[in-house]
This record gives sequence, structure tokens and C-alpha cells, in this order.
Amino acid sequence: MKDVQLLRREEQAIYGLRGLYRKYGYTQFKMSKFEEYDLYVRNKSFLVSDHMITFTDADGRLLALKPDVTLSIVKNTKDGETGLKKVYYNENVYRASGDGNGIREIMQVGLECIGDVDEYAVSEVLYLAAESLASISDTYVLTLSDVRILLSVLDKTGLSPEGRAQALQYVREKNVHGILALAKTEGVDGGALSRLAALSGTPDAVFPVLSEITGEAEAVSELIALARRLEAAECRGRICIDFSTVSDTKYYNGIVFKGFIPGVSTAVLSGGEYDNLMTRMGRTSKAIGFAVYLNLLERLSDGESEPDTDVLLIYGEATPAETVLCEVNRLTAGGERVLAVKDAPEKLTYRRIVRMEEKA
Amino acid sequence: MKYLNIALPKGRLGEKVYTLFEKAGFPCPSIRENNRKLIFENPSVGVRYFWVKPSDVAIYVERGAADVGVAGKDILLEYSPDVYELLDLDIGKCRMAVAAPKDFKDDPSKTLRVATKFKNIAKSYYAKKGRDIDIIHLNGSIEIAPILGLSDVIVDIVETGTTLKENNLDVFETVVPISARLIANKASYMFRGGEIERICKELSVGTEETK
Repeated sequence: MKDVQLLRREEQAIYGLRGLYRKYGYTQFKMSKFEEYDLYVRNKSFLVSDHMITFTDADGRLLALKPDVTLSIVKNTKDGETGLKKVYYNENVYRASGDGNGIREIMQVGLECIGDVDEYAVSEVLYLAAESLASISDTYVLTLSDVRILLSVLDKTGLSPEGRAQALQYVREKNVHGILALAKTEGVDGGALSRLAALSGTPDAVFPVLSEITGEAEAVSELIALARRLEAAECRGRICIDFSTVSDTKYYNGIVFKGFIPGVSTAVLSGGEYDNLMTRMGRTSKAIGFAVYLNLLERLSDGESEPDTDVLLIYGEATPAETVLCEVNRLTAGGERVLAVKDAPEKLTYRRIVRMEEKA
Repeated sequence: MKYLNIALPKGRLGEKVYTLFEKAGFPCPSIRENNRKLIFENPSVGVRYFWVKPSDVAIYVERGAADVGVAGKDILLEYSPDVYELLDLDIGKCRMAVAAPKDFKDDPSKTLRVATKFKNIAKSYYAKKGRDIDIIHLNGSIEIAPILGLSDVIVDIVETGTTLKENNLDVFETVVPISARLIANKASYMFRGGEIERICKELSVGTEETK
């Protein structure tokens, strides 16, 4: 069957996204379902959750069912090669859902761009993130932030190490009163950081305030230029600069971003520049990538839901089987979906009903 | 019309909070009617209020069933929902505290037995102090735990301290001050940020006036 409509929402998304990434020169990266547990333990805080399913392999090695794809891709990428390695993946990962409901299988599609990541490569990844959201929903918001800007403002506050960790959490929560109270307790000025946390808007709206907070900074000009470039590329959704888009600063070093669509309560897309992770894994290359969490699309409404079948065909005890088969084939040949039964199931929805018995 | 969904905590605090929203320009007169309904709408201003158990407000907001809501800081600290905490409403003020019988003396050579409804708050408080504890998770009547020898201390919310006094308990340490906070769903904020920021601004004016 070729009809894309037959596919579920998340399956349609995979279909569309794979096509999109291939168009931009990304090749599929297929990997094993298992990975050595050690890889994840060493980079625990990079993972969304540190709970994973582990088991012992036949040779005694401790393995884990993949809770993450990026780490495996980085591990399997040769370092020091010139040029760019552009890969996309479509994998299931296994991780705790975060609300105490145990480990779940999560369908993920994403891409990674590793190597000499330049301004164009970053722009392309961001553009593909925007296009990924557009292929799922007509309306979306792509939020952008930059770890360098956030850290430079945080550095200037002079908060203690514990205070810095708490302050980052407050920025993530847009908790302005929390930042100010924390700064007051430590006897430092939290004004700039609280203004940064509250900031949210289009590049044009945000730029003047951001310049006021940070002064002339290269990272600010780069972020604004990137956001404007995306707007100029006529992304259908809204590009929003928002510093509550915080990712772990141990791994991410530059642009970080998240994607939202209406009807889903959390970000469906998340990504960023993760050169720090590369360094931690002994690599010298730069890297940027993102993942789309397709499991979140399951609950999205497709508007008016279609009935269970087009035709409910009721045949009687006396109706010959060949007559039923012939009628079913005639109707399906006309493009209709047919459910042939003797008794109508309860709560079944259909467009029309045909009673064979009456005909016989 | 797409309503802005607002989750309010059932009870006295919720009524106070609604008054703040009403003063801020988001009235819904039907909410004052004396009936058992839980959902109230006002199409003229585009808001839908609903009453939920105070400890559930954060869940409604985190999962997007409510765009904004009002929850106590105790609930936010205990469950760490992934939401924006936009405003301290400065009402429903109390504190999370460690209480124990008046004659209690901490013996650092023993594991401290702590009875509480807020196990995450208690755990992180004692972890920061480096104190080894045994958490006893209870759902109510926490005050009787030390009296019956079930625990050494309790970690609980203290408003006036009357219940503690009546059970011969004293506050030994304050863990964290608590008040009601305006929270918002992160995705809702991205799509309805203008409305949510307007609510936030109006409420902060109202909060300042009530001070």
C-alpha cells in the first residue's frame, strides 16, 4: 500500500524526516541495540536519565540497552578526519520516563554533524531542525540559546559553585525571583542574570536588551545573525531566542535549541553544539546535532478522527461465503475499507452499513 | 475560542489566589457560585479555571492540561516538575521545618530517623549537611511519629506552629520558606507567552498592593 495516510502520525513523521535529511546529504547511521555500559557510566550526566536496562553478555561484559544515540555515534566516529560526517538515525532508545513510571521505549529520529563544523553547518542543522518541526506541525516554535552567553553572564555574577548550579536551574525555570533572592543571599548582583532568564522573543525584539545585558559580545552577534538567517530562510514557524533553553554546560558549548509544537506539553526536539562532549571523549572534532522525540506525537489529534471502517457488511447465516467474498472484493476495489461480519461489533464506527442477508 | 486553562489549588489558598486573578482582570463570576462544579469558564475574557488538589496542580501544568497554575513551593521542591516558575505570589506563606519533641537532642553517632511527607526535600536537606538519615514516608498525622517513637524528628510544613505545640513538639531548624508560586507549562509559554506574561505582570502588581 502506498497511501501515506495509512501510517500513524509518528510513522508519517519518520517517513518525512528521513526524506528531508537525505536531501541534505545525511546518510543513515544504523547501530546495534546494545552498547557497553561503561560508555554511559562515564557520561552519565549527558543522558536524559541515568536509569537503564543492563545485562551481562556471553563474554561477561556488562551491556546496556541503548538509552542514547549520540554517544554511540561519537564513539563510532573516527577523529581527525577532514571534512564533515553527516549522519541521521531512526532508533528506539530505552530510558526512564522521569516520573517514576519505569523504563520506556522511545522512538527517536535525529541527526549529527561531526567534524569541521562551520557557520554554514550550524545554520543548516538549525534549518533542518526547523524543517523537522514544520514536517510535523503547521505551527511551531524553535527556541535558541547560547551556552557561551549564559555562562559569561553567570561568571560576572560571582556566585559560588553551589550558587551557580542553583542559578542555572532558576534560569531553566525562568525563576527571576529565585535568582534575585539567591544573589541577595550571596551578596552579589543578580540583575543581569535575572533579565537574561526573563528574556524571550524574536531576534529583533531581544537584540537591544541582550546587548544591554552583555555588551558587545561575539556570541551575541553570532546568535542574532543565526536567528535572522533562519527567519530569512522563511522558516514557517517562529524563531524565539530564550535563555531558559539550558542544556548541561559540561557537554554543550555553544548554540542549544528546543522545538515546541501545539498540543504537546514538552519540547519535541532538542539539540545543540556539543564540542565539550567530544573533548571529554578524547575527540578534537566539533559536533552539533538534535533529536526529535516521536513518541510524544502519539497523543496529537489529527482533527476529526475517521471511522473504524467505511462499510460495515453484515451477512447472515444463510449467505454463501463466495457471495460475501465477491461483495467484499467489489467494495474494496472501489477503494473502500470493508468489515464483513455476522453481527456488528459494539461501539464500531462506520460510514455506511450494507446488509447481505436482505439482498440474499 | 481557545481558553487559557488555569489550575487553582482547592481550599482557602485557592480562593485567595482566585481573588488575585479576578483583580488582575481575569474574572469568572460562576466560580463564586455555591456548587460542586470543578470547572468554570468565562468566554468574555477567555479563561477556564479548575479546582484541583493542591499537590496535583504542578502535574496538570507540567502535562499541559493547564497552561498556568498556582502551586506551593513545597510541591515544586518535592516533585521538581519541568515548568516555569514565573512569580512568587507572596501568599500562603509558611515554612518547611524540622521539628522534634522539646527534649530532643541529636545523637550524631546514630542514623537520624526522619518522618515526612516530603522525602525528596528531607533527603536533599540532610545530604547537604552530610547527615545519615532513615526516611519514614508518611501521608498524614506526621506529628505523632516522634511521640510514638517511630521517628526522631519530622520534616513538615509549619504555619502557625499550633499543631506542633499541642503535640509537644518544637521547631528546631527551618529547611526552606514556602509560599505560593505562579507556574506555567513550557510549551504553553512558547505559544501563549503574551497572555501568560500579562497575567504575571497583573498578578505581580496585585501582589505588591496586598503587601
